[in-house]
Amino acid sequence: MNNLVKVGMADLNIAKCPEILTTLGLGSCVGIALFDSISKIGGLAHIMLPSSKQVKNNLNKAKFADTAIVELLNIMVNAGARKNNIVAKLAGGAQMFSFTKTNDIMRIGERNAVASREVLNSLSIPIIAEDTGGNYGRTIELDTSTGILLVKTIGYGVKQL
Amino acid sequence: MTISIEKLNELQLDVLKEIGNIGAGNAATALAKLLNKKVDMAVPKVQILEFKKVPDLLGGADNLVVGILLNITGDINGYIMFMLEQKYARILVNMLMGKELKDICEFSEMDISALKEIGNILAGSYLSSLSSLTMLNIFPSIPDLTVDMAGAILSVPAIEFGKVGDTVLFIETAFLEHDYAVVGNFFLIPDVESYDILLKALGVIS
Repeated sequence: MNNLVKVGMADLNIAKCPEILTTLGLGSCVGIALFDSISKIGGLAHIMLPSSKQVKNNLNKAKFADTAIVELLNIMVNAGARKNNIVAKLAGGAQMFSFTKTNDIMRIGERNAVASREVLNSLSIPIIAEDTGGNYGRTIELDTSTGILLVKTIGYGVKQL
Repeated sequence: MTISIEKLNELQLDVLKEIGNIGAGNAATALAKLLNKKVDMAVPKVQILEFKKVPDLLGGADNLVVGILLNITGDINGYIMFMLEQKYARILVNMLMGKELKDICEFSEMDISALKEIGNILAGSYLSSLSSLTMLNIFPSIPDLTVDMAGAILSVPAIEFGKVGDTVLFIETAFLEHDYAVVGNFFLIPDVESYDILLKALGVIS
């Protein structure tokens, strides 16, 4: 398990083949996995909020969809990945509690997923797979030797994206 | 102006700790009445923690835990969350329902409902001490319960706290009944605007 690179909440990191990038317990947060299949460089961000522009305390770039994706892309390109080769996979964005009131905090998962898609679209990075929504947590692993994103849940099975 | 909990001084932290203490004391009394048994309480640990580190206290981000969330409204708005590791949830259900379940997967609708009620009573006791100390009106909603990975459940308070900083206000309480110890964790999650109101009412900021 020495080749496992952990990404925490509001955190991002990159890894090269044969390392595996992982983030545990995504709830309303969204995990954005980027992968260049030629250089076999992968990147993973665990974002908590849709936009750095709505929040005063925005120093941690990895916390927001808009700043985290740009930052992750830059680090990957600096490490030798080519932007044109990079594809994205998304997971998370669940609604963990089901209050009938549809207020902001309760819809944050959905808003995180929407913001992540918008940022990726604006950067012309294709989203080739996605497992978002629902009301359950996810642990994800990006295998940089294959680009496969493994999504594990409690009670909702395991998926390969 | 919004105040960040990272910037609280020792005195302000002490006030919040004391509320945690009183609230947990009331919660222990309520639990004792419910169980009709003597329930002791350890001195609660109140910490301001980076939210990255919180899942480790609950056995890791992918550990299965129970989370009970209540919406709070009134003079302050936000959420209160009560989290329990599954072994403690099982002990509580067994005590309350007179069962001997070995696994959280065996919980029936009734057991889940009992657990929600415990969350309701504990969160309610905590809120009523907060309310009487601050003279603020605070009303809890009915509780919602979910069983999932610690990290996933924690994302709910962490995101709300994330709007103002990178830390959470975390209150760990241990209840002791006979041979059993049950450790529960409270998170008080005021929304951005309610921080000021809360701290003003406590007299820690003017």
